[in-house]
Amino acid sequence: MPRRKSPSAVLFAGFNYTFLIGMALLCLAPLVHVLAVSFSASSAVTAGRVTFWPVRFTLESYRFVAEKPAFIHSVLISVERAFIGTLVNMLLTILIAFPLSKESQAFSRRNFYTWIFVFSMLFSGGLIPWYMVIKGMGLLDSLWALILPGAVPVFNVILLLNFFRGLPKELEESAFMDGAGYWRTLWRIYVPLSTPSLATLTLFALVGHWNSWFDGIILMGTPDHYPLSSYLQTMVVQMDIKSMIGSDLAALQQISDQTAKAAQIFLGALPILLVYPFLQRYFISGMTLGSVKE
Amino acid sequence: MRLSKFWRQLPLDLMILPGLAFVLIFSYGPMAGLVMAFQNYKPTKGILGSEWVGLDNYVTVFQYPDTKQMIYNTVFIAVMKIVAGLVVPITAALLLNEVRRRGIKRSIQTMIYLPHFLSWVILGGILIEILSPSTGIVNSFLSSLGIEPIYFLGDNRWFPYVLVISDVWKEFGFATIVYLAALTGINPSLYEAAVVDGASRWKQTLHITLPGIRPIIVLLAVLSLGNILNAGFDQVFNLYSPQVYQSGDIIDTFVYRMGLANAQYSFATAIGLFKSAISFVLISGAYYLAYRFANYRIF
Repeated sequence: MPRRKSPSAVLFAGFNYTFLIGMALLCLAPLVHVLAVSFSASSAVTAGRVTFWPVRFTLESYRFVAEKPAFIHSVLISVERAFIGTLVNMLLTILIAFPLSKESQAFSRRNFYTWIFVFSMLFSGGLIPWYMVIKGMGLLDSLWALILPGAVPVFNVILLLNFFRGLPKELEESAFMDGAGYWRTLWRIYVPLSTPSLATLTLFALVGHWNSWFDGIILMGTPDHYPLSSYLQTMVVQMDIKSMIGSDLAALQQISDQTAKAAQIFLGALPILLVYPFLQRYFISGMTLGSVKE
Repeated sequence: MRLSKFWRQLPLDLMILPGLAFVLIFSYGPMAGLVMAFQNYKPTKGILGSEWVGLDNYVTVFQYPDTKQMIYNTVFIAVMKIVAGLVVPITAALLLNEVRRRGIKRSIQTMIYLPHFLSWVILGGILIEILSPSTGIVNSFLSSLGIEPIYFLGDNRWFPYVLVISDVWKEFGFATIVYLAALTGINPSLYEAAVVDGASRWKQTLHITLPGIRPIIVLLAVLSLGNILNAGFDQVFNLYSPQVYQSGDIIDTFVYRMGLANAQYSFATAIGLFKSAISFVLISGAYYLAYRFANYRIF
């Protein structure tokens, strides 16, 4: 496309770059500020002198967090949950997506199963009956309560089944000719051919588990069993909201550990920031997985 | 040797079986539990033993003084989010599309959709920190301009807008990428022809770019209709306090407080069913419309 350099075009480009870069910086500014707070001296933060760069740099807040057994413990629970949970999610996603990716001629009961899964996305029993079922299964206060109720990520199943459908049918036919059954076709042909999609979905599942906080709060009986996100919700967010309505004294106490809170917020976000480059790489491909079909 | 069709397909059923079991227990189980909405549920008596009260819970729900306000808040916040969630990303995508330097374009994209992957616990913690009336950076900036500190999270006049703006902050980058992906699908020869005909960049945007992404705009707009009763539980729960219940309490947070905090199981389930039923109609209708007019199929 030829570029015209009329004065108005130059003016527009200048405005456009300034606006977009400003907006992008504005998106990151709150995170940068919290990071700066976490590395600053408590007194400087209370005095409101910290903006986007640490004032009187210190690692005090991180030392404080590292010595908090409850924090470390919740990190371990989160890691365990994310690992087992993602494994369960991916296994079930693959096992469901493969049969549902068949045409109804090849798998007569396909539409029946598909509707069962899709309906579970469209309608839900709501919070209270959901809680009652998990309680009734005796899962309360165990790690499995955070893994089994969400074991089937239906949306991911749909993304993967659409991807499977895009693979040439001849692959399966020739595998059958060579005497492979459905199981072998799935593990030896479909799974190796879809590694980029599976990587995307694995990252989505990992991020989902790491970020989940509500189930931890209502399904874990004691705070000792909270994963990190739930721990942060009660220790950082709820405490702050309470302090906003509580007495001035309580508020003052809260302010004094502002830097520790900032450090915990940053540490909670850190794993996401670390996988972000990978998320981004697979992001577009992951999103176009479930695009418009003919 | 030819097995019958049923037996040949059996391995496929076996693959689905474990996942199906989980969905039946944890998605369809709660649907069966919805009968609680028509009972006076007592945990000691269980679902089978609790007294049947018909629609009494709904009478209570709609006589409850806060119900109307809560439904109003939900729809008000959700509609504002839907509108902002369409306008901001489309504008951003159109502007980004005019950026010719790939490096800059990519860096901006990377920066704007980062918040999408962070949870509302993290973002809530950050917002509470920066919006604090006493120590928050936003208010210290405002006071340097001579503006009195604003209690963003504790003032009913501000709270709904804080929800909408912070939701845009979290999600607009993600949606922008969807529109940008659609923009790259537009045939470049259309632009070349337009340049030959003397069309300015603005005219090109108006007559080529916008019509080019109209299908995806319509599609996303229709699908977002299903969210009219979803004002965002995660976000509201992490930002609200009793002071802003009046403007910020939504159906989901109300159900949580009534059901799990106050143990009003049947009452909360009744509201939950009310929401699920309406949402179901809206979502199904939206998908039907998307299918009819955009030929969009989810599977």
